[in-house]
Parts: sequence; structure tokens; C-alpha cells
Amino acid sequence: MDSAVTPVAAPVDYLLHLADNTLILGQRNAEWCGHGPILEEDLALANNSLDLIGQARLLYQHAAKVSGGGATEDSLAYFRNVPDFRNYTLLELPHSPPLASTAAGDRDYATTITRNFLYSALMVLLWERLQDSADSQLAAIAAKSLKEVRYHLRHSRDWLVRFGDGTDESHARAQAALDHLMPYTQEFWTDSAAEASASSSGAGISARDLQADWNTLVDSAMTEATLKRPSSQGYLSQGKHGVHSEHLGFVLAEMQSLARAHPQATW
Amino acid sequence: MSSSTAQTPALGHPQIWAALEALTDPEIPVVTLRELGILREIRDGTDGLEVVITPTYSGCPAMGQIEDDVRSTLAALGIDARVVTQLAPAWTTDWISEVAKEKLRAYGIAPPQCGSIGHAGEVSSVVRFSARPAAPEVVPCPQCGSQNTTETSHFGSTACKALYRCLDCMEPFDYFKPY
Repeated sequence: MDSAVTPVAAPVDYLLHLADNTLILGQRNAEWCGHGPILEEDLALANNSLDLIGQARLLYQHAAKVSGGGATEDSLAYFRNVPDFRNYTLLELPHSPPLASTAAGDRDYATTITRNFLYSALMVLLWERLQDSADSQLAAIAAKSLKEVRYHLRHSRDWLVRFGDGTDESHARAQAALDHLMPYTQEFWTDSAAEASASSSGAGISARDLQADWNTLVDSAMTEATLKRPSSQGYLSQGKHGVHSEHLGFVLAEMQSLARAHPQATW
Repeated sequence: MSSSTAQTPALGHPQIWAALEALTDPEIPVVTLRELGILREIRDGTDGLEVVITPTYSGCPAMGQIEDDVRSTLAALGIDARVVTQLAPAWTTDWISEVAKEKLRAYGIAPPQCGSIGHAGEVSSVVRFSARPAAPEVVPCPQCGSQNTTETSHFGSTACKALYRCLDCMEPFDYFKPY
């Protein structure tokens, strides 16, 4: 990717936070490829992953340029370890109700959809604001990503409403997914050092400023879906500070193993 | 970037545009890169000639092929130029020419029916676009022209398309989504 070196650059950790979010959720959603509950949803999740991983590439390329030191999009995606990742914990969780440690459970589409909804609702707001970032390359990435995440929000919101306002089973599973995931959204609203620094330089914004609009988006979907908005109280996850759940290591092991087995490979 | 110093007859921008005119989208071979708005500009940069392209969707796998196609076409003509990928302004389906829309229709892909949401000049709140539009857009069937069609899936065979079907001729078809 050729891009002019921008006069104002967002902090590398801020770019990595945005990039890791898109990569990890893209990787998680890609787990449905070939296993979707219906063919159309298999396609939808694969498309969603393609967009997210595409956004991750643009963000990693920019982060690599800003950080220098020989970093590349591949070194950032494939050769960093769990504590280096800056994604929200929400995005690395398995597609299942709460699980202890390494226990395996069946994938639950209500969990997938609910997570995509909670994240997409944040990102339409964040990307819209980042279009005005002082970091012109980040602003350009935001303008593209906004177009894509609008479709992701529409998709996940449609299904959330269908589940909530559907059968007893689908309603119960959507409600359980919300109850499980909502506490992880607390992490959105407390600025990390990178977010605070990005926000003060005009390259990023403080997510706290988006909370009221996010609440409006979530509440309107809850009402339409006849779901009860659960409390977000509980354990405050710290993924964006590099303190992750036990699940991220398994995601990275699968995602990074090929690149680490063939470190010189190009494609 | 080539460091070749071989003297080639300098081709003007119009000739280069003409040479690149033959290049089509790898997935939709009836429309050219220029008609889709992917091929943005040919300009004289500080390091020599630059051909500017812009990606469609962030993760579109065709972009690599498109870049290769541009590069090899330039190389075959002995044109020493750099291919520059530029993100801003963000690609939009609003740039697809009317001629190209007609070609898409003839090929069996319904072209975008409305402008991209939130594009320049339109004051829009993202909150407003979270819910489904009150009146879903009407997408005429590219086969029989009927407006009696329905969306099968919002996501299709490539990032830029949705799946529809016609309730009159019963044919399924792709719809190029507004972006």
C-alpha cells in the first residue's frame, strides 16, 4: 500500500487497538465459514470477515508505517503474542454461552449475532467520527470502514430483532447472549492511555463521547426485539490494555500457526 | 518502481488511459476499471508517472489482481509508472457510470438503485440508518424487468453484491449494493 506519510499520525497503540479489534472479530466470525446455520448466513459471515480483515490490513499497514522499525502488516498480525494484542475482550470470546476455561461448547448463533450487533453499533459511531481524524490516513480508512460496518449493523440488528421477537427458544438464547456479553461492553467506555493520547491530538476520539448514541442504538433494537436490556455491571474486562481472557491464545494459535511455521513465506 | 532508464517514446496521458481502458474487473469482466471508478487518475508525481487506483471494499480479494493487471499492462507498453493505491476519497458506487450500469444489467447483475448512504453532501445521522429503511429499495429484475423482486440474502458471492430473486420470472440474480 502506498500512502503519503501523514503529518499527524495516531499513536501506534491506538491504531493497533483498532486493527486488533477488526482482525480478531474477523477471525472469530470466519469460524462459521462452512458451518453457517443456513447458506445465506454462511455467506454473510464470510463477507463480514472479509470486510473486517480488509480493514485490519489497512490499519496494520498504516501502523507499520507509523511505527517503522521494519514492522509490516504481517509481523503485526502474525508475530505478536497475547499480551501485545489490544482488542476488546468481547471480540475474542467463543461463539457460545459462558464457558469455563478450555471447555468446548456448541457454537451459538445468537451469541455471534449479539456480539456483532454490540460492536457494529459502536463502530458506526466511531468510524463516522474518525472520518475527521487529524491523521488523514486513518480518516480515509474510517470513511471506507463506515460504509461496510453500516451493512454489518443492519445484518446483526435484523437478526437480533428476529431472534428476540421470534420463538421462545430464539428469544431465550438472544436474551442469554445479551446477559452474557453486555458486561464486556463496559470496556468501551474507559479510555486507555492510547485512546486518551489519540483523542488529545485530534487523531482519535474518546469513546465515552459515543456512549449516549450507542445507548440509543441499543435501546431501540432491544425494544423492537422485545428483549430486556441487561445490566452491564460485573467484571470489567481489560483486553485493550493487553490483559486477555484465556480464549485469545487459542484464537492466535490457530490464526498464526501457518505464518510462524513458514516465516519467510510470501503470497 | 522500475529504475530502467531505457528511452521509451513518451506516451501522453490520453494514450495511457486508452491502453488501460481494456482492463476489466476480474470478477465482472464486462465493465472496465475506469467505468467502475477504480482507476482514478494518471498523474506526474515527483518520482515520475503515477497511476492511481482505489479499492472498492476494504477486503476485496480482486484488488491484488487489479493492481497486477495494471502493472503488467504498463510494463508491456514499456511505460515506467508507479501504481499508487489511494483510499481517499473512498470509492462509492455513485462513481459507476451509466454505461457501466447498463452493461451490468445486460450481464445479469442489477446495478445500484440508489445513491450510497451518507455520501458527500448528504447530512445524515448514522443512528437513522441503523434500522431498516421504511420503504425498501425496489430492485428491478435484470432478466425480465419486473419490479416484483425480493432480497434472498444481503450478502452474496462477492463483497459488493446481494442476492435477489424475481417473483415473476423466478430467476435468482445478483444485486450490486450501493456503497
